Amino acid sequence: MTRDPDHLLPSDRPVTLMDHRGVAVEGAAHAMPAPEALLTAFAALVTGRRINDQAYALVRQGRLAVYPSSHGQEACQVAAAQVLADGDWLFPTYRDTVAAVARGVDPVEVLVLLKGDWHSGYDPSEHHVAPQATPLATQLLHAVGVAHAARLRGEPTVVMAMCGDGATSEGDFHEALNFAAVFRAPVVFFVQNNEYAISVPLARQSVAPSLAHKGIGYGVPGERVDGNDTAALLAVLGTAVDRARAGEGPQLVEAHTYRMQAHTNADDATRYRQDDEVAAWVERDPVTRLEAYLCEHDLLDDERLAAFAADAEEVAAAMRVGLSEDVTPDPADLFAHVYAVPTPQLVEQAALVADEVAREGGH
Amino acid sequence: MPQFEKLTMAQALNRALRDAMADDPSVVMFGEDVGPLGGVFRITDGLTAELGEDRCFDTPLAESGIVGMAVGMAMNGMRPVVEMQFDAFAYPAFEQIVSHVAKMRNRTRGRVTLPMVIRVPYAGGIGGVEHHCDSSESYYAHTPGLHVVAPSTAADAYTLLRAAIASPDPVVFLEPKKLYWSKEEVELDADRPGIGTAAVRREGTDATLIAYGPSVPVALEAAEVAAQEGRSLQVVDLRSIVPFDDATVCDAVRSTGRAVVVAEATGFASVSSEIVARVTERCFHSLAAPIRRVVGFDIPFPPPKLEHFQLPGVDRVLDAVDDLQWEDS
Ligand SMILES: Cc1ncc(C[n+]2csc(CCOP(=O)(O)OP(=O)(O)O)c2C)c(N)n1
Ligand SMILES: [Mg+2]
Repeated sequence: MTRDPDHLLPSDRPVTLMDHRGVAVEGAAHAMPAPEALLTAFAALVTGRRINDQAYALVRQGRLAVYPSSHGQEACQVAAAQVLADGDWLFPTYRDTVAAVARGVDPVEVLVLLKGDWHSGYDPSEHHVAPQATPLATQLLHAVGVAHAARLRGEPTVVMAMCGDGATSEGDFHEALNFAAVFRAPVVFFVQNNEYAISVPLARQSVAPSLAHKGIGYGVPGERVDGNDTAALLAVLGTAVDRARAGEGPQLVEAHTYRMQAHTNADDATRYRQDDEVAAWVERDPVTRLEAYLCEHDLLDDERLAAFAADAEEVAAAMRVGLSEDVTPDPADLFAHVYAVPTPQLVEQAALVADEVAREGGH
Repeated sequence: MPQFEKLTMAQALNRALRDAMADDPSVVMFGEDVGPLGGVFRITDGLTAELGEDRCFDTPLAESGIVGMAVGMAMNGMRPVVEMQFDAFAYPAFEQIVSHVAKMRNRTRGRVTLPMVIRVPYAGGIGGVEHHCDSSESYYAHTPGLHVVAPSTAADAYTLLRAAIASPDPVVFLEPKKLYWSKEEVELDADRPGIGTAAVRREGTDATLIAYGPSVPVALEAAEVAAQEGRSLQVVDLRSIVPFDDATVCDAVRSTGRAVVVAEATGFASVSSEIVARVTERCFHSLAAPIRRVVGFDIPFPPPKLEHFQLPGVDRVLDAVDDLQWEDS
C-alpha cells in the first residue's frame, strides 16, 4: 500500500503569522491566536527571558555549575508548554528550562540539576514534565511510550517531545518517529532548530531540504514554523496537539530559531561563528516582535508592560534567593534511591559514609 | 637527545594526534565538535586548520554512526581515531563497539582487522553534571577483542596514544578528564613501553597501591602522606587495563605482601574486582592480608555537590592500608 506523500510534506517556507517588526502577515496559513492567548504567552516570554538572563548571571556568581540558555528561543519554550492541556506531558531537554517553568515547574527546582544538588529537582508527575534529558534524543522514545500507554489506558493525553537540530541525527530520533507513526501515538515532536549543535552548524548535520522533511520517511507529517514568532508557534503546535488528540497520530514540527548565546557559558562561540551572524538575529527577537504586535493592537500599554516586567523580576528574585541557599545535600540520598529496597551491599556502603561523616563532624 | 617540554595531558594528546597524523596519512580524526572548535576539551585543537578537513572533521551528531563509520574506514585501509564527547555519550555506540569493533578480527579469522582508536574523556572529579562523569572502563574491559588503556601522566598519554594508533587492534583510549590540565615535564617518545605494560611509579616496601588513570595521583598522594607516618607504600600504575600486565603487578605485590586497589569506578563486577581476583590467584601465598579495595560505591555517579563522597580519596586509601593486618597493630 502506498500513501499519498503530499500531505506529509512541510510548507515551502516556515509558517509565519507576524513579521519581525510584529506586523501581521497577509494570507497566513493559520488564523492569529486570540488576544488572551497572545498576552498569556507574552507574560511567559518576558519571564522566560528574565529567567535565562538571571541563570546566566548565577553561573558567573558560581551559583550554578553551568547553564545552557534558551535566550532567543523563548517563543518556542513558551508555546510548547502553552498548547498543552493539564493532563498532557512535556519532555524537555537540558536547554528547556523555560518550557518546564512555563508548564508550572518552580525555576529553582528545575535548576537543581545545574546547581549540582541532584540530577532532577522536581517531581515529574506533578506537572507532567519528564526529567530534563541530556543524552540526546533518548527522551523521544520515552515520549512515545507515555503516549502509547495513554492510548492503551484510554486517556486523552498528548505528549510534547522536544529536541534540538543536532539530536535529529541520533538513531533514537528516527526510531521514535517510526514507533510513533506505526502506533499512531499522540506525540508532537518539536525540534528547535537553533542552527548549531555546540559548534557544528546545521549544514554539517543534515542536507535534507529541512528537518521537518525527516517525517516523510516514517509517514509522519512535517511542518516548519518561524521559531521566533510566538503566534505562529501557538497556531502550528496547537494544531498538531489537536490532531494528535483527535487520534490522527504524531507530527513533526521544526521551529527555525537561533541560539543567541554560546552552547553553555563554558563554550567559546567565537571559535566557530561570526558576531555579525548573531547580530542579524537580534532584530528577529521573539520578545520585541510580540511586544510590537500587542502594542500596535492596543493589547499592551506601558502599565501592563511594567506589570509583566515586575512579575518577571519577582521570579528572578526568587531564583536568586532559592539558588543562593547552600543546602548541603545528604549523602545518604546517594544510596536511598538506587533500588526500591537497597541491596545489602548498599546498606553497608551507606553505613561507611555515615560513619565517615560522623567522624569528620567530630573533628 | 631526549627533548623535554612542559605540557598538560591535553596538549600531549594533541601532540600525539598531530605527530601520528603527520607520520601516516591514513590516520584520520573525527567526531563531534572536533573540527574548528578543537573538541570540547581542545584535544584536537588546530588539527583541522593545519591538516585539512579530510584529516580531522566533524560528523553529524550520532555516536553509533561515528564508530560504525570508523569500522568501515578501518576495513578500507585507514586508521580512524574517533572521539566520544564524554564517557556516557559513548553508549549509543555500544552495539558497534561490542558487536563489531571487538569481534571483527575473531569473526573473520584475522582476515579483517580494525586498527582504530576510540578516545573517551572519562571519569569524574570535575564537578560535571549527570552523564559527564562515568567510569565506563569495566564495560570495555569485559569485552574480549578490545584493548583498554588509561594514562595517568602527560608523558604516558603521548606514548600510549601513539601506540594505540599504531596498534593493529582496536583500542578504547580512556582520558581522565580531571588530569587534562595538569602540567608536567614531558619527553615525547612514541617508542617507550606502552600498551600492555604497567609502571611502578613509586618504590615502597610495606604495601602496594594499584591504580590506573584518575586514581594514580590519589595513590601517589596517599603514599606521600604514609611516608610521613613511617609507612613505605609502593605505587603501581596499570596504564593498560587490557592487556593486563600480570608480571609487573604480581612482582610488586609479592615484594610487599600487601595490596590496596584504588579505582574510581563502582566496585561491583569491575576492573578493580578483576585485579583483586588475579592477584589473589597468583600471589596468595605471598599475601599477609586480604587485598583491600578503595573504589566507587555501587551507585549512579553523584551530582556535583556530592561527588567527593564517591571519589576515592587519600583518607580512605590510608584507612584501607591500616586494615592490612599489620603485626604491630
Ligand atoms: C548522546 C549524546 N551525545 C553527545 C552529547 C553532548 N552534547 C550535549 S548538547 C550537544 C549538542 C546538541 O545540539 P542540538 O541537538 O542542536 O541542541 P542544542 O544544544 O542546540 O539545543 C552535544 C553534542 C549528549 N548530550 N548526548
Ligand atoms: Mg541546536
